[in-house]
Amino acid sequence: MTAMGVLGILIYLVVLFALAVPMGRYIYNALEGRLHWLGPLEGWILRIIGPAAKREQTWRQYWRSFILFNLLCMLITYAVLRLDTYLPLSQGVGLHLVPQGPHLAFNTAASFTTNTNWQNYSGETLTYLAQEFLMVLQFVSPALGLVIAIVFFRALVGRRDTLGNFYADLVRALVYIFLPVAAAAAVLLLALGLPDTFAGPAIVHTLQGAVQQIDRGPVAAFEAIKQLGTNGGGFFNANSAHPFENPNPVSNILAILLMSFLSTALVFTFGFYAKNRRQAVVLAGVTAALYMAGIAIVYLALVNGNPLIHQALGLSAKSMEGREVRNGTAGTALFVSATTAYTTGAVNAWHDSLPPLAGGLPLLFMMLNTVFGGKGAGMLNILMFAIITVFVAGLMVGRTPEFLGKKIERKEITLATVAMLVHPIIILAPTAFALVHRVGTSSILNSGFHGLTEVIYAFTSGAANNGSAFAGLGTNTPFYNVSIGLVMLVGRYLSMAAMMAMAGSLAAKRIVPASAGTLATDSWSFAWVYLFVTLIVGALTFFPALALGPIAEHLVMMGGAVK
Amino acid sequence: MSMREDIWASLRGYLALAVLFGGVYSLFVLGVGQLFFHHTANGSLVTYQGRVAGSSEIGQQFTGPQWFWGRPSATVSSTSGKPQPYNADNSGGTNYGPTNPALIQEIKGNMALYKGIPPSRIPPDLVESSASGLDPDISPAAALIQVPRVAAARHVSQAALRALIAAHTRQPWLGLYGAPRVNVLELNLALASGGS
Repeated sequence: MTAMGVLGILIYLVVLFALAVPMGRYIYNALEGRLHWLGPLEGWILRIIGPAAKREQTWRQYWRSFILFNLLCMLITYAVLRLDTYLPLSQGVGLHLVPQGPHLAFNTAASFTTNTNWQNYSGETLTYLAQEFLMVLQFVSPALGLVIAIVFFRALVGRRDTLGNFYADLVRALVYIFLPVAAAAAVLLLALGLPDTFAGPAIVHTLQGAVQQIDRGPVAAFEAIKQLGTNGGGFFNANSAHPFENPNPVSNILAILLMSFLSTALVFTFGFYAKNRRQAVVLAGVTAALYMAGIAIVYLALVNGNPLIHQALGLSAKSMEGREVRNGTAGTALFVSATTAYTTGAVNAWHDSLPPLAGGLPLLFMMLNTVFGGKGAGMLNILMFAIITVFVAGLMVGRTPEFLGKKIERKEITLATVAMLVHPIIILAPTAFALVHRVGTSSILNSGFHGLTEVIYAFTSGAANNGSAFAGLGTNTPFYNVSIGLVMLVGRYLSMAAMMAMAGSLAAKRIVPASAGTLATDSWSFAWVYLFVTLIVGALTFFPALALGPIAEHLVMMGGAVK
Repeated sequence: MSMREDIWASLRGYLALAVLFGGVYSLFVLGVGQLFFHHTANGSLVTYQGRVAGSSEIGQQFTGPQWFWGRPSATVSSTSGKPQPYNADNSGGTNYGPTNPALIQEIKGNMALYKGIPPSRIPPDLVESSASGLDPDISPAAALIQVPRVAAARHVSQAALRALIAAHTRQPWLGLYGAPRVNVLELNLALASGGS
């Protein structure tokens, strides 16, 4: 750990929060129809959609439009992945194209629609056309998550029957937030040296006289929205470890900033909806504390390195396996933490090869799924845990729990519990099956404790809609393609459905004026309770798995046993 | 709103957004790149003796004693799956876990290239595989340790090579982000065109 490394991380955090607060207000203004600077573009898309974009919708109508739109995205993407080699513009990223079969195409389509971007294929084997269609989903899927969070905000802050219009919200989010920020980021990335061409691979003759085929593509355009939308699906197999996706330390820190700032801003957007800035500061503060603790653990684990290498071979323990020189230790630690806290899933090092705690902390972040999280989805989880905290605290003091003046009653708690339980069930149940059946275990690359981590990491990444992998696990098999595909879909839509139903119920309630007996949710004492509820409910559920995976492996590594 | 109306609205919305992002946005970024950043937008290709010799952002394999060597690369052939180091058509690493015996074996095999150098002096990046298999850089220490071999093969002074390495060393951005590094292809190009 160096002073400059720590300073760099602290400066990043200051810049992150300095950007997040004004961006939070901007998102609020954009979604409430107060921005007009891209009015002609917004109007053009709304006219194409037609009258459906004009009516106010109840939560059920909103949810139906949302699900239909998601289904359509998934179907079209599936069709393109199956047919791309027959369609025009079938120039490949590489020369060796691998058409996707039914279960792989299902996995890929589900993955990009749910903002997961888990990849059981190598980007080098796709056509430019397929990459373009995946990029469209990289724009659309984070906006889809964001609008659901916005609906929940609206439901919390007033008594209303309708909650907005799905199409209008989606178009506003895309036109005013994702399009301009991604376009600006893409230009910055071009200036930092990322390629952007449709010219196909370059064939070069190396200094030693060999022939090297260098795959290229519209990487800058892809990379900007890949990070900004917390998508994480790489243009190339090596993702952000590939020098074309992430060529230098500046592009590395820019990627980290891009993936983190919109989700952080959304906490402040919530503050503007609730007209309670303190509430936003409290939630952002406690979440930032978790984030910083995670960064510190990964950084320390990387600095500690792998003592086994030192003992067996006499080399320095500083492990460089699966890492890139240019990113540096702090830049790797920060990326590893950010990509799992914000559920981006891009990787600039192979998590499978990192020291066990540096690979285990990302796993914990995805299990918690509340460390800011992906666009909208993370904020919904934060609010779900806040509501459970209110309920638990309400039980302790013997009062009807309220959150922002809305009574939290049986229906809300039932729905919050459903939303909360989905995550551990869809992680632990398939992991248990995969670990006892040959279809699961035959894909494991690294045996022992590490093999268990590989499997649970895969399902956690799918459930959290993250997309990063312990990539040693060979998951392009019918079993993993279908099971992880289903886990991604259930993880996204079932918990969102429960939160939407809760939004419907909350919206119908009147605001109860605060009294002396009201539990103040915008206080730091509430933050402490929230923190412990999150850790106990979120982390304790998974503790046995963590103990058998990364923690056991860490102890083995420190004990110096390798067989 | 009927279900049918909803489906058509979704379809029209998707198509408009696909045109906006897959078309207009893509062409905008392509245009800016090709107009203002032509060299890097096409992959930072470098030429040597009139031929395209590689990309300065992508590592390539060096095995001759007269060249500085890059990091071990675990990439495999896109078709046969056999080892093919620095295959820029199939980026990737070993994915060996930290307690996997195969990791120790792999590093041991790579260390055989640097016989005669005490293990404690070998920089880890020189014997442990990169993530992409295409890492263009090595640490300055990893370059300096190769100076005696390259100097002997090229009959040049070690001091000249050390100066060349110093000139090609890039420092962390603002002193804060990244690690000191030497681009192997650029260093070797400088060697080759230096006439030594």
